[in-house]
Amino acid sequence: MSMDQVAGFLVGLFAIASCLGAVMVVLTQNVVRMAFWLIVSLGSVSGLYFSLHADFVAASQLLIYVGGTVVVLIFGVMLTASGPYQQIRSSPGETVVAGGIAVLFLALLASTVLSVDWNGGEVPALAEGYNPPEQGNTLRPIGLALLGARPDKDLGAPAEESLSTGYLLPFEIVSVHLLVVLIGASYLARAKKRSEEDPDS
Amino acid sequence: MTPAPITLYLLVGAVLFVCGIACMATKRNGIGVLMGVELVLNGANVNFVVFSRYTELGLDGQITSLFVIVLAAAEAAVALAIALNFYNNHLTIDVDRGDELQG
Repeated sequence: MSMDQVAGFLVGLFAIASCLGAVMVVLTQNVVRMAFWLIVSLGSVSGLYFSLHADFVAASQLLIYVGGTVVVLIFGVMLTASGPYQQIRSSPGETVVAGGIAVLFLALLASTVLSVDWNGGEVPALAEGYNPPEQGNTLRPIGLALLGARPDKDLGAPAEESLSTGYLLPFEIVSVHLLVVLIGASYLARAKKRSEEDPDS
Repeated sequence: MTPAPITLYLLVGAVLFVCGIACMATKRNGIGVLMGVELVLNGANVNFVVFSRYTELGLDGQITSLFVIVLAAAEAAVALAIALNFYNNHLTIDVDRGDELQG
């Protein structure tokens, strides 16, 4: 087996695993099993990112999504469990209608994707970077872009086009947004006296 | 025309998106709805990264997907705080019970 065959096999494996995980999240009724299938799906998507040479995004996906968001979700499941085996089911009619709409919507998206000629199936060459592309060369350009400089676009460009915009302002906005969100979340979720059982209180 | 590899990735993104929509629509558990939101954001992210590889978009797509990942984490934190408050007030996480603002 050559390297290309191995890479193609892995891409297919991760694609199938991510789709299967997403479908199982919808079909499973137990919330903890839903969280497990969500981990499978998000982790496989991270593998797809690695296959697209987006190594920093893939690592962030593993660290923040699989390692952070899903853990927070599982804590939410544990803190809101009302009974050990109690499951909240939706009515079968709603499920059938939602499933039909989902299948139709998927057919629409799939036919749209398949009907477009994506540049003749041509794969552009990997961008030049500080490292060979096989070792991953997105970390330094992404870090510089978040600081407002774009060497990946400006190097080698004509002088009048060599001032591409970076992402300094969105980076600052996201930083402040995260701070505000964490303060707000801890304010909302602070321990309070649980409300009384009677609905009139 | 043989299907390009980009088609496979875009189909994976479409499946993730549709599963997230179905999850949001059918689950009555509030945490389940949150998981649907995560799936939708992830499906959109797949498209960003794929187009950053297969088109002239370059690194912009990857940086946008990083912002989406960070904002999804923030959204999960706030939504879980709201879910905990909801559970404190209603002693359940069933979203159909949150009907006090009905007209």
